[in-house]
Amino acid sequence: MGRTIASKIFAAHLRDTPTPGNMILDIDVVMCHEITTPIAIMDLMEKGMDRVFDPTKIKAVIDHVTPAKDSKTATQGKIMRDWARRHQIRDFFDIGANGVCHALFPEKGFIRPGYTVIMGDSHTCTHGAFGAFAAGVGTTDLEVGILKGVCSFRAPETMRIILTGTLTQGVTAKDVILAVIKRLTVNGATDKVIEFVGPVVDAMTMAARMTLCNMAVEAGATSGLCLPDRVTAEYLWPFIKDQYATIEAAVQDFSKWHSDPDANYVETIELDISTLAPQVTFAFKPDQVKNISEMEGTPVDQIYIGSCTNGRIEDLRDAAAILRGRTLAVGVRGIVTPATPAIYSQALEEGIIKIFMDAGFCVLNPTCGACLGMSSGVLAAGEVCASTTNRNFNGRMGKGGMVHLMSPYSAAAAAVTGTITDPRRFLKVS
Amino acid sequence: MKTFGGPAILLDRSDINTDEIIPAKYLTEITKAAMKPHLLEDLLLDGKPFDAQSPAMQQARVVITRANFGCGSSREHAVWAFEVNDINIVIAASFARIFRQNMFNCGILAIELPGTDIEQLFRMRGQLTIEVDLDKTEMTARSNDPAQGPITCSFEMNPFDRDLVAAGGWLAYADKKF
Repeated sequence: MGRTIASKIFAAHLRDTPTPGNMILDIDVVMCHEITTPIAIMDLMEKGMDRVFDPTKIKAVIDHVTPAKDSKTATQGKIMRDWARRHQIRDFFDIGANGVCHALFPEKGFIRPGYTVIMGDSHTCTHGAFGAFAAGVGTTDLEVGILKGVCSFRAPETMRIILTGTLTQGVTAKDVILAVIKRLTVNGATDKVIEFVGPVVDAMTMAARMTLCNMAVEAGATSGLCLPDRVTAEYLWPFIKDQYATIEAAVQDFSKWHSDPDANYVETIELDISTLAPQVTFAFKPDQVKNISEMEGTPVDQIYIGSCTNGRIEDLRDAAAILRGRTLAVGVRGIVTPATPAIYSQALEEGIIKIFMDAGFCVLNPTCGACLGMSSGVLAAGEVCASTTNRNFNGRMGKGGMVHLMSPYSAAAAAVTGTITDPRRFLKVS
Repeated sequence: MKTFGGPAILLDRSDINTDEIIPAKYLTEITKAAMKPHLLEDLLLDGKPFDAQSPAMQQARVVITRANFGCGSSREHAVWAFEVNDINIVIAASFARIFRQNMFNCGILAIELPGTDIEQLFRMRGQLTIEVDLDKTEMTARSNDPAQGPITCSFEMNPFDRDLVAAGGWLAYADKKF
């Protein structure tokens, strides 16, 4: 029987099998941010266990609330800084160099095919885009990861989603994953890994694949995964060029992680993307998804473009394509937060920041900010946000607020009209 | 090992997420105790805000709920919010993976029962008290309503999860073993 990419990664990292079906894996990268890590650090200190298993395998960032908004967040930042210094964690990204973890760490080349990755953050599944097993964990798992470099999992089965056809203009990876979540429901992939394959995935950039894998957790999945290929190798080339003679050699090597043709899947779902329309959520669950035409005309108060889902340069370009020469509708607020300093810098160079500013947007530094209602654009009760983020839970962006999840194209279209709008109206027919 | 059980509160909804259990604005706290007053602050039941300050909630030691409990954010703060309110068992038709793991990692119980058993518990009249026998992997729900007899359900307990509970959580287990 052939093996899936996930089972190959598990076999290569298996430290222990405490009971059949449970596995303890060696972890290649333990990522840390200032919301879930400080309590882990303080607990380890209290217990006299303030150690790290390998400082080169720990990557840390302050990203959720940055710059600090009050004494409490300042303290969280300080705990991270002191800890990183104490343990010589070289890959620690503080203000000026910091960005949203799931955009920043891939950009730094930290994730490679075949890796195991954990973080005290549910959207860690984003990194599965590189052909890694990447899972969000709680603070206790994070503590053990920091201390011992291992993590326990109930061995997940793999579900395969074959995306056929092609993406049409104005339809993006965000629309695809919203449609997938609608199909699977919010617990359709619980205790499973989702392997995304097919011509649509093959044609996607790494940014699009990250958007796809990012929201796998919204269907309950332990991790989303894409098979590492030439696109992966080209993205990683600056970091691996000393390891491989040619990109072709890297592609060849990466293929060892590909699922075998006779691999066993718990379920295979085929979705034809060719006829997919832009998607949008309604109500408070990410599987409550409709074609955008069904929500047309719903008034919005705020536009939010950013996050680990859709804050990359490709996303800003999409939004700018619609915002160029246009402005925010009267009474609508616009907020954009490029996900990392490199993305911000690139957006400046391409004139994208100017387009946002001319349209009337507030341009924020890279941060998770309002996506989870922590800072920088929290909603008031009764307000509605058209958002490129990943969760529409009750209270998520502020108590009593309503979040409609959508693509950067759709968020930009809502910015211009002040209501939920099919973005294809603003895109030239190619 | 801890003793488990006590008065139960029933949360009649599926897909209750960790943002509802503890909103992100409280994640700037660096002690578990700070979660105490904010448990289930953003929970909606039947579209209406849940009263987390009710006497029944205040005395609850067990939560009984429906499917996919604890979905969404990985925040262990959701488990701590239960823990610091002396709730040491959540019984559900199913759990989101990270929440379930966080419960056992803290050495407390996430018990999965078949949907039919959960339905039976929801149909019981009166105030329920839950007793758990970990050796027999059985739980009994008793009602203060004399017309309502007790109901006993058996559940499956993964041996590794049992070891975590016995060790007092994953950190203690892992520190000894690895």
